[in-house]
Amino acid sequence: MKKLLIATCVAAAAVMSAGPVAANDELLVMEQNPADWVSPTGNYANHRYSGLAQINADNVGDLKVDWTFSTGVLRGHEGAPLVIGNMMYVHTPFPNKVYALDMDQDGAIVWRYEPKQDPDTIPVMCCDTVNRGLAYGDGKLFLHQADTTVVALNPATGEVVWKVQNGDAKIGETGTSAVMVVKDKIIVGISGGEFGVRGSITAYNMKDGSLAWRGYSMGPDSDTLMDPEKTTHLGTPVGADSGTNTWEGDQWKIGGGTTWGWYSYDPELDLIYYGTGNPSTWNPTQRPGDNRWSMTIFARNPDTGMAKWVYQMTPHDEWDFDGVNEMILAELEIGGKMRKTLVHFDRNGFGYTLDRETGELLVAEKFDPAVNWATHVDMKTGRPQVVDRYSTRHQGEDVNTTNICPAALGTKDQQPAAFSPKTKLFYVPTNHVCMDYEPFRVSYTAGQPYVGATLAMYPAPGGTHMGNFIAWDATEGKIVWSNPERFSVWSGALATAGDIVFYGTLEGHLKAVDATSGQELYSFKTPSGIIGNVMTFMHGGKQKIAVLSGIGGWAGIGLAAGLTEPSDGLGAVGGYAALSNYTALGGQLTVFTLP
Amino acid sequence: MKKFATLFAALAVLIVMPSQQSLSGEAVTSEEGKHFDADETPTYKIDEDGTVDWFTYSGFRRYHSECHVCHGPDGLGSTFAPPIVDSLKTLSYDDFNDVVVNGREKVGASETSKMPAFGINLNVMCFLDDIYIYLKARSDEAIGRGRPAKKHRKTEVTRTNEIECMEG
Repeated sequence: MKKLLIATCVAAAAVMSAGPVAANDELLVMEQNPADWVSPTGNYANHRYSGLAQINADNVGDLKVDWTFSTGVLRGHEGAPLVIGNMMYVHTPFPNKVYALDMDQDGAIVWRYEPKQDPDTIPVMCCDTVNRGLAYGDGKLFLHQADTTVVALNPATGEVVWKVQNGDAKIGETGTSAVMVVKDKIIVGISGGEFGVRGSITAYNMKDGSLAWRGYSMGPDSDTLMDPEKTTHLGTPVGADSGTNTWEGDQWKIGGGTTWGWYSYDPELDLIYYGTGNPSTWNPTQRPGDNRWSMTIFARNPDTGMAKWVYQMTPHDEWDFDGVNEMILAELEIGGKMRKTLVHFDRNGFGYTLDRETGELLVAEKFDPAVNWATHVDMKTGRPQVVDRYSTRHQGEDVNTTNICPAALGTKDQQPAAFSPKTKLFYVPTNHVCMDYEPFRVSYTAGQPYVGATLAMYPAPGGTHMGNFIAWDATEGKIVWSNPERFSVWSGALATAGDIVFYGTLEGHLKAVDATSGQELYSFKTPSGIIGNVMTFMHGGKQKIAVLSGIGGWAGIGLAAGLTEPSDGLGAVGGYAALSNYTALGGQLTVFTLP
Repeated sequence: MKKFATLFAALAVLIVMPSQQSLSGEAVTSEEGKHFDADETPTYKIDEDGTVDWFTYSGFRRYHSECHVCHGPDGLGSTFAPPIVDSLKTLSYDDFNDVVVNGREKVGASETSKMPAFGINLNVMCFLDDIYIYLKARSDEAIGRGRPAKKHRKTEVTRTNEIECMEG
């Protein structure tokens, strides 16, 4: 037995010594195997697509629950488990437990990991103690904990191989995002935009957790890792100190632009992509200027961190439209020409298609007709044409600007969309909610909320539903079909070669719809609301569908009590459905299969 | 002395009207647009036409900036933190202040909840009474959900006090 163990170690060492490219190649090969779900985003391109077709449009109606697993934790369960061979790895919100389940042994818990974290981390996590899951690479599992500790775990034993502290929860820096494994590094983001955190993306060497580089969202060029001549914004060099010269005074030091979304990677172009969040505070009058590079899509070199191009979607944010949502990389024909595109559904309600090599803007259209804060995006300057009536800066401090669509939670939040290379369509979970927004002056105290606006949210005019699940054509910027949902759709979608698309609802339903028509083919109500992402894998010759239930997150906070009529004043009663009437807290994994 | 007086008054109310809400506060006196109940505890005043006092309105704004990301809209609670409209049915003014200033932690088998200490946060401390008054009005069902439609104006003294407090 001992001998065998040594032999295994030698083999592992051989893989590791094959050089820094090995881990990257390993993952590129592994993500091709649809039996596993090795990356939280499905693949490097963030497709959330599976080539599995055992479950398909014809038989998905027969889907049955195969097995379930309670995580033992309440609170919002975002993300999805990973599956590698017979092993499934399940993560939880704070305290960020990890379970390793052996599916060959009836789901026995092979090991569990539970870090000790300071409970003071809990209240500095704006909007629930969520965690978006694990990542795998180089024979390690990576977990980004609430207190910003990043740990590398041994997948066989759960033992900590190394750990590193990415931020400081005492000043409101927290961890909610999954890391991305790229080449010999892991890419780690940071949360805390509502606490005046200056956002950054950090690369650690996968081998030992040592720091490789850190690129801030704002600050001097040495901090943002920008070359004034070579880094471009819509084809034009950004110039010197672009990360400070659209800020007044030292506001950039507490400027927000956090990086808590999903990251993608193009191995051919050797670029990583991600978006930055809102500038802080939420009171725009306190931070005149474009506030670069908050609300920005970044393309960076994974080895050095140097930014190749950027695109700021919402200069001088006035609505909390974080730009962190996933960047989906797809080859699409636009105007008769095949393009390497990046498709992004922003909180601000515009669906963007860019050339991911150059950062050229190709398409920018509203993916919910309710969006009203801007008429359109000027394709030359890339700037949204803001409507004065919905501009909280124009209306000013201490003024309640009403009927802005979308609300601060965006037309879409972090819950990732899926792309099917088969249908060439994007399947997008969306919110259909509007708001009143009143900014006012706030002072900054480290580690304390730094918000500076009061807002009220309500369903978009003309209906009582608060969400849609849509299919989107990113070549034209058009909605192909749209299914209304009672609540915001806060679950990540999954598309498969079986011509079906899965998503979860806040009431707790797992749904399957036809990829072409959107027709509902299956629905099952799980024990709690779904804000997790649907995933699929093979085990024992059978295709399985799995999703985490566990209501919470921004959606659980904003919608639990139900929304009210806008600006109704005294006596307004919740005229719309309260989420608390449909579901309650509870963390559970539900796995489905065919009978 | 104030504390003793409050305790005594609360006790008296409890004895005299055991079936009534012991912590309900009708405005008896006022100073610069701020109202106080018989125990000299800050409270709300809602006119017959629904116009609210400045502090109730100010509390609505500050609550929905500092508190609602955990405690939900209109003090109604969320999946993350309890409804303060219920808490204030039993929590006194002094206890409310204590929890906001110093925080509170609850450790349970399935979850640990933590109310942070806001004692050094001027955005909360300078408006502590405002937030209490608003939530008290909500808890007593003196006002409904949403933004109060009509309000009395902020007085000059209140304006000066706010600026002085915010500048620390």
